[in-house]
Amino acid sequence: MQLVKRHHNEAALAKPSAQSHRNIAGALAVASCAALTVAAPSLHAQGEPGEWDFEVANLLYAESDSRVNAIEPVFSATRNFDEGESLNLKAVFDVLTGASPNGATPSDEVQTFTRPSGSGSYDVEANQAPLDDTFKDTRIALSANWMSPLNHNWDYSAGVYGSKEYDYLSMGVNAGLTRYFNQKNTAFNMGASIEMDSIDPVGGARTPFSLMAAGGDEGAGSDDKAILDLLFGVSQVLGRGTIMQFNYGVSYSDGYLNDPYKILSVIDDAAGANYGGNYADASGNNVYLYENRPDSRLKHSLYWQVKHSLDSGDIVDASYRFMIDDWGITSHTLEAAYQWRFNQSYIEPHLRYYQQSEADFYRRYITSGDYNDGDFTFTEASSDSRLGDLTGITIGAKYGWSMGSGNQANVRLDYYVQSNDGDSGFGKLASQELYPDLGAVMMTFGYSF
Amino acid sequence: MRGIFEGTLGRFKVFRRTKLHTNIADIENSSSHPQGVLEGGPALWIGRFEAMASDCEVLIEHASAEQALELFEQVMRETWRIEHKFSRYRDDNVVHRINASYGEPLTLDQETSALLDFADQCYQLSAGLFDITSGAYRRIWRFDGGERVPSADQIEQVRAQVGWDRVTWNAPVLSLPGGMELDLGGLGKEYAVDRALLIAQQFSAYAGVGSCLINFGGDLACTGPRSQGGAWVVGVESAKRDATAVASVQVSGGAVATSGDARRFVMHRGKKLSHIINPNTGWPVAGAPSAVSVAGANCMQAGMLSTIAMLHGGQARSFLDSQGVQYWLQS
Repeated sequence: MQLVKRHHNEAALAKPSAQSHRNIAGALAVASCAALTVAAPSLHAQGEPGEWDFEVANLLYAESDSRVNAIEPVFSATRNFDEGESLNLKAVFDVLTGASPNGATPSDEVQTFTRPSGSGSYDVEANQAPLDDTFKDTRIALSANWMSPLNHNWDYSAGVYGSKEYDYLSMGVNAGLTRYFNQKNTAFNMGASIEMDSIDPVGGARTPFSLMAAGGDEGAGSDDKAILDLLFGVSQVLGRGTIMQFNYGVSYSDGYLNDPYKILSVIDDAAGANYGGNYADASGNNVYLYENRPDSRLKHSLYWQVKHSLDSGDIVDASYRFMIDDWGITSHTLEAAYQWRFNQSYIEPHLRYYQQSEADFYRRYITSGDYNDGDFTFTEASSDSRLGDLTGITIGAKYGWSMGSGNQANVRLDYYVQSNDGDSGFGKLASQELYPDLGAVMMTFGYSF
Repeated sequence: MRGIFEGTLGRFKVFRRTKLHTNIADIENSSSHPQGVLEGGPALWIGRFEAMASDCEVLIEHASAEQALELFEQVMRETWRIEHKFSRYRDDNVVHRINASYGEPLTLDQETSALLDFADQCYQLSAGLFDITSGAYRRIWRFDGGERVPSADQIEQVRAQVGWDRVTWNAPVLSLPGGMELDLGGLGKEYAVDRALLIAQQFSAYAGVGSCLINFGGDLACTGPRSQGGAWVVGVESAKRDATAVASVQVSGGAVATSGDARRFVMHRGKKLSHIINPNTGWPVAGAPSAVSVAGANCMQAGMLSTIAMLHGGQARSFLDSQGVQYWLQS
């Protein structure tokens, strides 16, 4: 407070009294270097040229009622180059175990099914969902993708993909082109991919609508399909912190589109019981038929997404997808996520709603009249629940945190519940649970460095 | 207060001269600056853009047009990012959050924390002369060459709201008492120069371009000497703005920063007081040189030495002599 009294003598005050000054240049140099290197990690942040960025993640998936369990480790490495190019290499492994619905309806009697290998059989208790308990698979998928600017306003990308399972081989190539306009506020993308798959099911590719024979021969050989995808998109920056994306995609599949392990039950018109036994088949077995889907599928999809970053740094993300195909399925997907950002971490709850209508040929079962002793009154049928009327809701949250020096970890937990709907059957069948709900828990751990 | 790089294109013959415009998205240009312009040729490119109320230049030797444009855009993005984040004129950044916190403890990000640590050390090392809370005096002082000085009461009122020692800083948690304000303007531009230089160093290491010079309104740094071994020659413009470069500074490494602006002063009792305010008294420093340029290891160090030298007023020269650094004074 002494200074208050002397404030008119400002010139004297402003003059430091010490004649010899302390050397502070060295200390300032050290302090400034500290400030620059502490803040420097973002210079080495991911996406900078010259370094490999790695990402590892592991997905654990468990369905309710001890059905399918999966473990899926993912390894991804991205290398960025000076001119904006980047190379991504990715490997995914899947190990699935558990039991999967075989497509038959539950029954008030014990049912006997032939194993996919054609040798041996398994029984399903009365009033239980028919699950094929031999469901077990391992898959390895490898992909490489290259992205590069062509010049200031054009980017291109190209990639290859391959995956192998015990009974399935998939190979694909893809390419994309992006054109920027308007100070890169607008971008048009187009992309194309071609995939060739070959299916070599255990026991051979089934002849559609053939009888599931008891321990007999199940057809032979492999079959294949081809998938062509085209995508056209536009993304637009809408002012500060908002970006909107709109895509149109068309996908055409051709070839063997059946699930080789899925069957349909034939139900006696009169009693609603399994058809077969003594009066249909000399063997006395119930009649189950391998499914029969069309041999091509054309899908159109529209996708709209908006992302907005708030002043607080939080991010809101909402999207809607509409899909329609020539199998008669239409679907709607709504997704929303909100990312709360904290100093070194974020938490992101998200919600996904999915609803689809059934395919024209979806049938939970076939009546004996339609079966007509093999002279079918229709040409295609599948009881795969993924082709039926269904509603799925995923609710979950992701928590991510920074571990210093640019390394990030995250953990994500999701709960998925799916309910199917459809023809509720007649006679004895009406008392069976034809559309059990499916619940699944997914947990993912991720780490990038 | 400005050093201006002069004569670049005039001094060095550029055979293929090209003019390119940058293409930076609005989302990275929150202050709606014009796009940058890159001119020159493979031997030397010079990019110009606006940021932090300064003309900014990036000089790049031996680069293709694509390389030069890429580096130039990276520097622009980073500079505009820093400007947005630390400007006191915005209401959507960390400085605003701090200044609107009214004593609530705030947890700050790593980068802001590092800058506050630096400001804290500068405060300690300068015995309180450099103080990022002293921006509050701007409210009462007008350095327009006139004779208006605030009343003693006005100065006392503001003085009660100044003083880094009143701030609780335990990195990364800051509590700024209500009424006080932080202003990182005194080190933001130097920080931006050093960050831009880091980008240039990394870029040239990967892409193999030649030497680079970053010059943001007279605060400058270079990656090294020019490729033929010579120094970069930078004319330090007269603080009086009479278009005569008073000194030709040769830089072949490190940084040079300049403080002082002869156009901004106030007259009091026949004496000219510079726009630099002593935070302890609330009064402008008397007897200060009109400009001080200091060479340092990096721009933050050089800038701090030149600022603290100005704060020493008439003692600026003896302060600088005891620092063992190269400097240029304009009286």
